[in-house]
Amino acid sequence: MSRNEERSSGGIILPGLDRRTLLKTIGVGAVAAAGIPLLSACTGGSGPNADPSASKSLTFGSGSSDDVPKAAYKAVTDAFTAKSGDTVTSNVVPHNDFQNKIATYLQGSPDDSFTWFAGYRMQYYAKQGLLSPIDDVWEKIGANFSEGMKKAATGPDGKMYFVPNYNYPWGFFYRKSVWAEKGYAVPTTFDELKALCATMKKDGLIPIEFADKDGWPAMGTFDYINMRLNGYQFHMDLTAHEESWDQPKVSAVFDTWRELLPYQNPGALGMTWQDAAINMGKGKSGMYLLGSFVTQQYTDATLLADIDFFPFPEIAMEGQDAVEAPIDGLLLSKKGGNNQAARDFVEFIGTPAGQDAYAKVDPSNIATAKGADTSSLSPMMKKCAETIANAKSISQFFDRDALPAMANNVMIPALQGFIKDGKIDVKNLESQAKALYAAQ
Amino acid sequence: MSTPTEVSEPSTPDGRAARPAGAPVIKARRVRRLSKSDKVILGFMIGLPTLIQLLFVWIPTLLSVFLSFTRWNGLALSDIRAAGFANFSYVFNDSPAFWPAVQHNILWLVFLAVIATPLGLLLAVLLDQQIKGSKIYQSVFFVPVMLSLALVGIIWQLFYQKDNGLLNFLLGTAGTPEAVDWFGDPSVNIWAALVAATWRHAGYVMILYLAGLKGVDASLKEAASLDGANARQTFFRIVFPAMAPINIVIVVITIIESLRAFDVVWVINKGTNGLELISALVITYLIGEGQSIGIGSAFAVILLVISLVPITIYLSRTFRKEKF
Repeated sequence: MSRNEERSSGGIILPGLDRRTLLKTIGVGAVAAAGIPLLSACTGGSGPNADPSASKSLTFGSGSSDDVPKAAYKAVTDAFTAKSGDTVTSNVVPHNDFQNKIATYLQGSPDDSFTWFAGYRMQYYAKQGLLSPIDDVWEKIGANFSEGMKKAATGPDGKMYFVPNYNYPWGFFYRKSVWAEKGYAVPTTFDELKALCATMKKDGLIPIEFADKDGWPAMGTFDYINMRLNGYQFHMDLTAHEESWDQPKVSAVFDTWRELLPYQNPGALGMTWQDAAINMGKGKSGMYLLGSFVTQQYTDATLLADIDFFPFPEIAMEGQDAVEAPIDGLLLSKKGGNNQAARDFVEFIGTPAGQDAYAKVDPSNIATAKGADTSSLSPMMKKCAETIANAKSISQFFDRDALPAMANNVMIPALQGFIKDGKIDVKNLESQAKALYAAQ
Repeated sequence: MSTPTEVSEPSTPDGRAARPAGAPVIKARRVRRLSKSDKVILGFMIGLPTLIQLLFVWIPTLLSVFLSFTRWNGLALSDIRAAGFANFSYVFNDSPAFWPAVQHNILWLVFLAVIATPLGLLLAVLLDQQIKGSKIYQSVFFVPVMLSLALVGIIWQLFYQKDNGLLNFLLGTAGTPEAVDWFGDPSVNIWAALVAATWRHAGYVMILYLAGLKGVDASLKEAASLDGANARQTFFRIVFPAMAPINIVIVVITIIESLRAFDVVWVINKGTNGLELISALVITYLIGEGQSIGIGSAFAVILLVISLVPITIYLSRTFRKEKF
C-alpha cells in the first residue's frame, strides 16, 4: 500500500515540476505572466486533499445517468440522509463518460464514494492504490451477502473494496405465448438446444435473436459456451491471461459456437440489442441470449408479463452451475476512505434497507443483500434471482473480468469477424493478448 | 562589419548603449525604434502563439512519439516503461485491423477525389449560375458540414437501418430477408459510410469553389465567349485554371479529410467490422477504459508520418511560389 501511496502522490507533484522547468526555459517575461494561468489550468490545479476528518457530509459520484437508476440512487441518498443526518452531494455523469474517464477521475479529485462494477474492472484500480479498503464495513455487512458476492467484492490483495448493490443475470429470454403455441420445451442440454433451434428454423422463426453492432453482446455467448465447456475457473484464468488463448480448449469454444451460428440472427452485425429485443417482442424470433435488462425494451405490460427466462443449457462441465451476473455497486475512493460519513454510506447500501430503497424505484435489477424485499419482483425476475442464488459461481461478463483493452480492442473485432464468416485466429488473439497484458 | 566611428555617432548618455563594441550597439539602435510598450505587445503577440503552438502541437506530438516507444497504463508517470519497437511490431504484425485500415484510408482518398470533390465542384458551378433560390440551395448543401456527430449518426441510421430504414423501404426490401444490411454487411458498409462522407465533403468543397468562382474575373469569360468558346471550353480552359490557388487548397483538404476520416465511421460502429480506419484505431487505443497508450501512440505516429508526406509537398510548393 505504502508504495502505491507514494506513486499516486508522485503523479500529483510531477506536473508541477514540469511547469516550473517549462517556465524557466521560456525567457520572455510577459509570456510567462500570461502563461501561468494557462498552464496551471492544464495540470488541473492543486487537488483538494485536505479537510477529511469527521464531517457530516459526503460526495457521491454516479455513472447511473439514465432516468430510472438516477431516481433510484436519489431515493437511496435521501433514505441515508433521513437515517444518519449526513448530507450527500450527488454528481451524476453520463455513464459512457463516467466509464471512459474513470482513470483520470480517480487520480484527480474524485468523489468520496462512486458507482462501479465488480470484477477485474474494480481490482485493477484497487491494485493501483486508487481505492480505499473497507474491511471494517464488511465486518458489519458481511452476513448480508453470499460467498460468491464476497468473492466478487474482494481486491487482489485480499482486502474488501466493493459493496454490491444489485446484479442481473444473463440467460435466454423468450415469449411464453409463442412457445406455448408451438409446443416448445425449455432445453437443458446443448443437444436439446440445437434440436429446438432446428425446429424453430423449420417453423420460420429466427431461432436465436442476436445483435452485435456494438460489439459487446456477443461476449455473452462466448462466456457461456466457454464456462459450460471448460468451467468457471478457466474463464477466470483466461480473462486474467493466466491461460493462453492459443490452445485447443479455446478453439473448442469457437467450434461449439459454430454449431449455433446458423441459428443466430444473420443480421446481427448491423443491429443493436434494442433492435433485436424488438424483433423478439414481435414474435419473429424464438429466444434471445442477453442480460435481464432486455425487459427494459418492453414497455407494454402484457408483453412484459409474457417474457420468461431459462439459464444457458449444460454442455460438458459443471452443469448449469455458473451464471453470468454482472454486479453493480459502490466503491470508496482513496480520499473518501478518510470520511466516516462515506463509510457509513457504502455500509448503508450493503443493508437490505438501502437496497430496498433502490429497488423500489428500479425494479429491473435484483438486490444482492439477503433479506432485501423481493415481493415486488415479477415472477420472471424471481426466477432470475433464484438462478443467481443457486449458482455455485458468478462470472462478471467478459468486459468486466478481462483487461478492458483486451475486451474492447481485441475481442470485439475478433468476435465480429467470427460472426461474419465463422473464422477465428486464436494464435493472433494470443499474440495480441500478450502485448496488451504486458503493457499493464 | 561596420566601423566603430560610424556607429558611435548616435550613442546616448545611457551607460549600457555607450559601450564601444560593434555588434551590441547596432542591436541597440535597431531596437530603439520600438517603444517599451511596443516591445511588450510584440513579445506578447509572438510569444503567445508560440506558446500555444508549443503547448498544443509540438509538445503533444513529441510526447506521442516518445510514448509510442513505451508501455504505460495511463496512471502514474512512474509506471512508464521502455518498450523499444514492441508497439510498432504489434501494429504491423499482430493487429488484424491495421492493414485493412490503411486500405480503407486509401479507398477513402480515392473516393473523395474521384466522386465527392468533383460533385462539390459541380454543385458550385450550378449554383453559381443565376438560379432562383441559389442561396437556399447553398445553405441546404452546406448544412451537413455544420451538423454535430450525434445528428449525423441519427440521420444515417434513419436511412440505412436494415428493417425500418428509408433506403430498404424504397428498395422494397424492408423487413424481408433480402434487405440489405447497410451497416452490418462488411462488404457494403464501407460504401454506405463513403456516401455519408461525400454528403459532408461535397458541401464543404462547394462553398470553397463558390468563393473561388466569384473571384474569377468576369471579363475573362466574356473574352472567351467573344473568341467563340462554348460553355464547357470556357470552364475547363479559362475558369478552372484561373482558380489554381483554390484548387490547391481543395487538393490539400481532400487529402486531409481522407486521413482524418473518422466521425461517420465512429457513429456507425466505432470503426470495426469492415470500417477500420487509422484514425479510429488511434481513438480506440487511446481513449476510454480500454486504453493502451503505447500502442495508441504508435498508431498516431504512423498516421503522423503518413500525413507528413502531403503536408511537405504542399508546403514546399507554396514556399517555392513565394520566392517568385
